[in-house]
Amino acid sequence: MADRRTADRPARRRAPGTLRGSEAVRFLWTQLTSMRTALVLLFALALAAIPGSLLPQRPTSPVRVREFIAENPQLGGFYDAVGLFDVYASPWFAAIYLLLFVSLVGCIIPRIGVYLRGLRAEPPATPRNLGRLPAHLALAAPADGAGLLDSAERVLGRRRFRVRRLEDSVSAERGYLRELGNLVFHVSLVFLLCGLAWGSLFGYKGTVAVVEGQSFSNTLTQFDDFTAGGAFGAQQLVPFTVRLNTFEAKFETGPVQRGAARVFRADTTTVLDGVESRQSLEVNHPLVLGDSTVHLVGHGYAVDVTVKDPKGNVAFAGPVILLPQDGNFLSVGVVKAPYARPERLAFEALFLPTAMDTDGVGTSVFPDALNPALLLNAWHGPPKEATGVPENVYSLDTTGLTQFTTAEGDKPLRFTLRPGEIFDLPDGSTIQFHDWKRWVSLQVSSTPGLWLVFISVLVAVAGLCLSLFIRPRRVWLRVADGRTELAGLDRTEGRGGLDDELRLIADELGLDERGRGERVLAPSAVDDAGSTGKGEQ
Amino acid sequence: MAEYWSNLAMVTSAVVYLLALAAFAAEWAAARRLEPVEAPVGVLVGAGGPAETTDEPTPAPADERARVRTDMFGRMGLGLTVIAWGSHLAGVVLRGVAGNRFPWGNMYEFVTAAMLFVVAIYLVLAFRGVRWLGLPVALLAVVGQGLAVTVFYVAVAPLVPALHSVWFIVHIVAAAVAGAAFNVGGLFSVLYLLKSRAERRERTRGYLAKLPSSSRIDELAYRFHAFAFPLWTFAIAAGAVWAEYAWGRFWGWDPKETWSLVTWVVYAGYLHARATAGWRGTRAAVVAIVGLACFWFNFVGINLLVSGLHSYAGI
Ligand code: HEM
Repeated sequence: MADRRTADRPARRRAPGTLRGSEAVRFLWTQLTSMRTALVLLFALALAAIPGSLLPQRPTSPVRVREFIAENPQLGGFYDAVGLFDVYASPWFAAIYLLLFVSLVGCIIPRIGVYLRGLRAEPPATPRNLGRLPAHLALAAPADGAGLLDSAERVLGRRRFRVRRLEDSVSAERGYLRELGNLVFHVSLVFLLCGLAWGSLFGYKGTVAVVEGQSFSNTLTQFDDFTAGGAFGAQQLVPFTVRLNTFEAKFETGPVQRGAARVFRADTTTVLDGVESRQSLEVNHPLVLGDSTVHLVGHGYAVDVTVKDPKGNVAFAGPVILLPQDGNFLSVGVVKAPYARPERLAFEALFLPTAMDTDGVGTSVFPDALNPALLLNAWHGPPKEATGVPENVYSLDTTGLTQFTTAEGDKPLRFTLRPGEIFDLPDGSTIQFHDWKRWVSLQVSSTPGLWLVFISVLVAVAGLCLSLFIRPRRVWLRVADGRTELAGLDRTEGRGGLDDELRLIADELGLDERGRGERVLAPSAVDDAGSTGKGEQ
Repeated sequence: MAEYWSNLAMVTSAVVYLLALAAFAAEWAAARRLEPVEAPVGVLVGAGGPAETTDEPTPAPADERARVRTDMFGRMGLGLTVIAWGSHLAGVVLRGVAGNRFPWGNMYEFVTAAMLFVVAIYLVLAFRGVRWLGLPVALLAVVGQGLAVTVFYVAVAPLVPALHSVWFIVHIVAAAVAGAAFNVGGLFSVLYLLKSRAERRERTRGYLAKLPSSSRIDELAYRFHAFAFPLWTFAIAAGAVWAEYAWGRFWGWDPKETWSLVTWVVYAGYLHARATAGWRGTRAAVVAIVGLACFWFNFVGINLLVSGLHSYAGI
């Protein structure tokens, strides 16, 4: 078997001043690929990963990062400068894992060589003094020494040892798979990293909000939000459409965990390559369309409204997506009617799925739409020139707008609509709230290296099990000078049962121990034996 | 109804574990009077023991009595642990019956399930001669069950849609069993540190003298870690598969995911340390204990302090 401590060999010492170029490189390489460096890098990786779990991270919670910086300008600025708000994409984090993987490659390649050579090698020659080994049995001498060695070859072979016959002894070894498992494990880690790199280079991920009754088609312009790896090309987007027929949401109505989500189910119609199919989309059941998957990642309420100007012309009609603000889906958004004439109109909307008036403030007390109410205030202003600058659809820029006020003119006008109701504004325009609808947030993504990642992990776990559970062991039997000795050596720590196996082998060979209590134990095994007795009780 | 009985059984188990802890503590205390079983040469037998009657020239009868007493407390502790575990098992099963699902959907349920595995492992060990782990196991069980029934408790409720998956069973059972084995391994590592320090000082007395040699404890610690590590790897991988289904990404550096990886890396460090000269033994044991601390922080700290996608604690 390969010497698994090879990586442990200390680098040749030499005063640093006397190093020549190539030797310096070699020295660094030996250092980098040493077991101790691997250990240090592992701890560094663990430490480096921690801040990202305690500080808000830009990719997942940009808003909280902004808040953090606003609250602690100095500290926040410093954190930002050193990449603590995006730890897992920071150069120092990458440096650690890249070094670790360089170290890993440098470590396993030589070990693979050693292992391959070790595979063909025979078990080692029998040590001169078997009595010094951790486990040792002195046995009664047989009549036929050569015959005993023959049967020992057979018995050990049956026990899956690789056996080598020597002049007066048999040397046997098993457990070659341990090192194999270890190498497989480490090699799979390299493949895992390749899979991850592949996925992040060629993959993409986008999200889009779709209201019940609407469709989404997989083109760049339709996404609300889109990120892709450096090697991604827009032509990779599989052309498909997803229509959201209905979305069903159910919430806990019992006393325990009231309002907690219970069922989210989207009924969709998908079209891919001209093939239409009706599929249900749930949290744990994404749609698979070509090499892309569509996940249900969020939902909310939309309100279906119609705005008419004083002449009765429809200035805006359709569902408006509102953003949920709390667990009971109090939702906010803006209804804009820029083409209303003589003046453009806009409304700030607050939707309460289960409305309740607490001290004059409207709140929602349950996430389902049991008592829906739409609270609005209204703005008007002169028509705006089209500037081409995209506007935020979820918030209202009130510059150039005036708020409608109550008849007395002292308070801003606020009104509440129930589904079906119409409100007449002071200037003769109307807004009708037809009904509420639900929208879902869909995440469309493709991660090409995924299969490689998962296969690597599977193989890694399998290798790990081999490496941790296989017990490399050597056993020798010698018949010489009228003595028969059986001895064994475990090549890994943490394994018991060597004595037992030797005794079993002796039994199978039909050998008796030479008188009880005469079992010879090497010094290093004494305290173990002492403790396996009454010490444990 | 089942919920009521489940709660009763859980509280009972916490109380009985406490009694078991008292019995095991009495065992350790009584053992202070003992002479080491097989005093290695050079060990100062019982020096300075509080109840040592120095004027007694032949300590054998007193020693014998102390030995019997110690053993009695130990047996009591084990007996109580068995009773507590029975009640604990009933609590977990009834919880499943009450919820009509597998009972590990929130923090309370996960702690009680993981503790059930910890004590189950201990009971198997105890009947194979490792009863001496009783004190730390009972302590862990008391703390675990005690926190569960007081702080973490939530009433039975169905699962949120994100948990509706077979991976709910696979991922969490793997994590709970791996966690249990890490805990047991960690306890062995703690005892290893105590014992090896005592051995270095050549003053092994009291209960530590009754423990097997430090190298044997180390071996047990290693076995549990070696068992737990691939399982933990699998649990993380299963979690990633699940995350791919539920959230459309298999890894997102969510705090829970990050700490699972940190824990994993620390334990990988432990396995490496054992193969590195100068790191075997004490340092490796310390690494294992750091790993366990990470495991617990991931579980308690992250659930309660940091909000993330895994905020399923329900409290
Ligand atoms: C990504 C970083 C690494 C991880 C996560 C990792 C993980 C592990 C694990 C879990 C084990 C124990 C299981 C087994 O024996 O197969 C192990 C063993 C081992 N690793 Fe690594 N490893 C990494 C990098 C390295 C590097 C860079 C080296 C070389 C310097 C190395 C050398 C070894 C050796 C020699 C063993 C065998 C120890 C023994 O025989 O007990 N590993 N590694």
